[in-house]
Formats: sequence, C-alpha cells, structure tokens
Amino acid sequence: MARQEERAAYLFLLPWLFGLFAFLLGPIIASVLLSMTNWNLITTPRWVGLSNYHQMLFDDYEFWQAIRVTLKYIVLSVPLYLVAGLAVSLLLNLKLRGMNVFRTILYLPSVLSAVAVAVLWLTLLNPDLGAVNQILRSVGIANPPGWLNDPGWAVPSVVLMGLWGVGGGAIIYLAGLQNIGPHLYEAAAIDGAGAWKRFLHVTIPMLTPTLFFNLITGLIGAFQVFDVAYILGGPHGGTSDALLFYLLYLWNVGFSEGRFGYASALAWLLVILAAIVIVITFRTADRWVYYETDPTKG
Amino acid sequence: MQTSTTAQPTRLPRAIRGVNIYRWRRRGGVVLAYVTLLALCAVILLPLGWMFRAALTPDDVSVFTIPPEWFPTQYWYWDNFTRALSNPLQPFGLYMLNTLVIAVGNIVGTVFSCSLAAYAFARLRFRGSEILFNVLIITMLIPWQVLMIPQFLLFQRIGWYGTFWPLIVPSFTGNAFFIFLIRQYMRTFPRDLDEAARVDGAGYWRIFRSIVLPLSVPALTVAVVFTFLGQWNNLLGPLIYLNDNSQFTVAIGLANFVTTAGTQWNLLMAANLITMIPCIVIYFFAQKQLIGGIASVGLKG
Repeated sequence: MARQEERAAYLFLLPWLFGLFAFLLGPIIASVLLSMTNWNLITTPRWVGLSNYHQMLFDDYEFWQAIRVTLKYIVLSVPLYLVAGLAVSLLLNLKLRGMNVFRTILYLPSVLSAVAVAVLWLTLLNPDLGAVNQILRSVGIANPPGWLNDPGWAVPSVVLMGLWGVGGGAIIYLAGLQNIGPHLYEAAAIDGAGAWKRFLHVTIPMLTPTLFFNLITGLIGAFQVFDVAYILGGPHGGTSDALLFYLLYLWNVGFSEGRFGYASALAWLLVILAAIVIVITFRTADRWVYYETDPTKG
Repeated sequence: MQTSTTAQPTRLPRAIRGVNIYRWRRRGGVVLAYVTLLALCAVILLPLGWMFRAALTPDDVSVFTIPPEWFPTQYWYWDNFTRALSNPLQPFGLYMLNTLVIAVGNIVGTVFSCSLAAYAFARLRFRGSEILFNVLIITMLIPWQVLMIPQFLLFQRIGWYGTFWPLIVPSFTGNAFFIFLIRQYMRTFPRDLDEAARVDGAGYWRIFRSIVLPLSVPALTVAVVFTFLGQWNNLLGPLIYLNDNSQFTVAIGLANFVTTAGTQWNLLMAANLITMIPCIVIYFFAQKQLIGGIASVGLKG
C-alpha cells in the first residue's frame, strides 16, 4: 500500500518534475555556461571565460547607466511606496460607512495592465498638453517639469506614476492591520496610551512583518522594472538613456542585438546585485522585525 | 469587528478600538478622513474618466483640452472602439483573441499541473517528499531573468519561436508559487476524507478527482484569476517569442501603437480602455478571492 502511494505521488508530481529539469535546472546551467561565451546564434559559441563580466564592469557605459537608473529608482520608490502604502492602509482600516467602495476603487489600478497604465500616464504627463502640467500651470507653476522628456525628471516621473498603484501594497498592510489582536490595543488603552502612542507602540511593531514582506517584494520588483520603462521611454531607454532600466538593457543586448552570452552575464550580475541587497535587508531584519510568539512565521 | 461589548466596564468600549472613532468624530476627524479618501478616489478615477472621454473624441478634435475635461460630455464617438478593434494595421480584436488563447492555455496548464503536484505534497506520503518540497520553495527564489535567454534558445532550437507554444507549454509543468498556495489549502481538509474513500476502494486519482479537487475550488480560483491577469498584462514574454503582427497580444499591440499612433490619441485611448476592461470585469467578479489571495500571501511573509 505504501509503495502504491509512493508511485502515485511521483506520478502526480511528474509534470512538475519534468519542468524542473527542462525549464529550470537545465536552463540555469546553460545560463552560467552561456555567460562565459560570445554567441549570437549564427557563429559557433566562443569560450571567453569571465571576460564578459570584466567588460561590463570596466568597459560598458550603458551597463553603468542601467545600474544608475535602476538604483535611483530603487532609492526613490521603495521607501516612498512603503510609507504611502502604510498611510493609505491606515485610512482604509477606519471603520467608516462606505469603506468597501473606497477599498475597491483604491485597489483597482493594481489589477490593470502596467502597459495600459503607462500609456495613460504617458498622455497625462505630456509636457505641453498633458493634464498634469495644465493643473500645475493653473495653480501658478509657470514652468512645470518636462517629466519623461526631461532626463532629470524621467525616473521621478516613473516613481510618481507608481504611486497611482499604491493601493495594491495597502491591501497587504490592511490584512496585517486586521490581524493585530484587539487585546493589545485594549491593554495599551488601559495603560493610558493615547491614539498616537498606540500607533507607535502597538500598530507599528505588530506590522513590522508585513512591512518587511512589502520591503522585500518591493525591492525584488524594483530590480525588474521593464513594462513601464518600455512604454514610457521606448525600447531603447528614452531621452539620454534616462529610462534605461537594467532589464530593458538586458533585453536589448539579448534580443535586439543577439549577444546572448553577454546578456546572460548581465542577467547573472543582476541576480548577484539583487541578492546582495536582499541578503543585507534580511540581515537587518532581526533588529527591527518583530514576530509574535508564533515561530512558524518568517 | 467586535460587536458585543456588554461584558466590559463602561469606560472601555470607547478606547479599545484601534482607532478611536468617538474622539475622532468630535474633532471632525471623520470629515477629514472622508475628504482624504474622496481625494484619493478622485486621483484614481479622474485619469480613467479622462481616458474614456479621450477615447470618445472624434478625429478632428484634439483629445487635449484646456482645461482638461475628465468626463465625456460633448462627444460620444463609440465608433472609435470598433475602429480600434478592427484597424487592419493594428487589429486589437485579433490581439485580444490571441491573448485570450494564451491566457486560457496558461489557466488550463496551471490548474492541471499545480493541483496535481499540490495534491501529492499535501496528502500523499512518499520518500523524498520533504526534499522535493524544499526544492519547490527554492525554485520560487530562482530569478526568471537568468532563465529568459536559455529558455529562448531552447524553444528557438525546437522550432517554437514565433508560435504560442513557448508562452503556454511551461505552464503545464507547474508554477511553484501556485503549487504552494494550493497545497496549503489542500492540507486543511481532514485526513479521514481520504481514508474513508480508500476504505471504499477509491484509487488516488479518484480521490483527487472527485474529492480533493472540488473542495479546492477557492484556491484554484485564486490561481486562475492571477494567471489570467498575469498573462493578459504580460509584455516581455510575447515580445521575446512572437514576431508576426497576426500573433501579437494586446500588450505588444499597445506598445507598438504608442510609437506608431502619431496623433491618433483617441484611438490609442480606445485601445487602452479595451485592454483594461477584462481586468476591471474580472476584478469586480473576483474581488474577494483576489484580495484574499494577496492578503494571505502577505501574511505568510
């Protein structure tokens, strides 16, 4: 009977196991090897060792531009989205009439296609005619920013546009907020803590696991910006490469220029970079993330 | 949340809530909260209204009005939608059909493979189950960027470049995240369920097919909704594998439209709205599953 069960289990797992080898493990090994070759599909692959990595670090202006754009985006967007998401979730957690309608509306942008949202904001942020600059002019700002056309404003524009979808993060905080036991607020209130103190000493500590989750997913997502950059700046990175996000550069090197070896090396460098940032973030976790007695979490 | 406060001392009920509504109300805090919420909703809805208005504007009128108009009042050129759908150069109707084929393929593949694997992990005992489950978790951490190029080379080699296959077939081998999600759900059913069925002589396939699978519909719904949205909104995959206008998806169509539209903003906005509509419809029908699914994921973090 046990053997029968075992055989059944492996049969059930068969599709997944096949994919594991064919679409995951195989390609990963291939990717490592590819990153040490020069190959454009037409000629035979040529082994070059680590020189792809050497080239990108010391002799590739666009690589560094892509790093700059991506890091600038991360520094601007990740903290902003964390705070804004938290603020919106606190608002959505109030027990007010009609709150379901507000929640529905605020969450809506995060289900919409990033491409479609970017197309919409491309028109709204049009420097001359767009609605945003018209509003700014009407409140007395004579020279509003050129947004996506202005290399200095391009990344901040993407960040501000992303605020439109901040309700998506807020929903996760909201679940975290609603998981905080009322007895904690009760105890704090008995001890004489006012609303602000309860927020600071109950809500925030109890919410740190959710904050941590949103921080990690936010970081991972920020390293992978593609759709928005492709629409807002075009396939090649926009005015003076101001929107040359890392993944966009990788896509260009691989699929426009056909330099598959170099693109594989770029992919691995992105992974290493992201891994370093994420490991550092995890290292800081035990200093500020508070887990209630439940040891299964985290 | 808490409705019964009868057992508590008289002063407590005011203070125990996370946010003290009573004092807020006195201070006009409720008004402030409503004003803020309405302002936020306006920020979400006005751009959508602007898009709708722009989509209904005729060709000879600029979509950019001064000051901006947020709702359609003057023009109602519904024809723009049919034009956007059937434009021979950028046939959005066909793009939608293509995207639908890919999305449905992925939904079938995901439900099929993920529920099978989830069942094995959740309810069967076998040697190596722990190791394999750990492998599953680790694969969630594998960044797909490094897989992108070797997978492309693989599919290109077997002649699938320029077809839907590379965009559909991988879903039939499961997705670690959905396997995990469904497995967590399947673990909540009582063990006696399978054992009773075993005693009655049902095989594992039968138990899976007629007991476990029907009970798992809520978790499967989450997987279906997320798969649909993910595929409908996917730009990078189709961009890599599709090279012919007749195969393009809505995301590519839209991206190309932006660069070629010139001044046809009204048709671009019509196409944009068409792209958003399925997501909006699904959102309203599956709101509970969607938000519940996201929230449960967040809490597991």
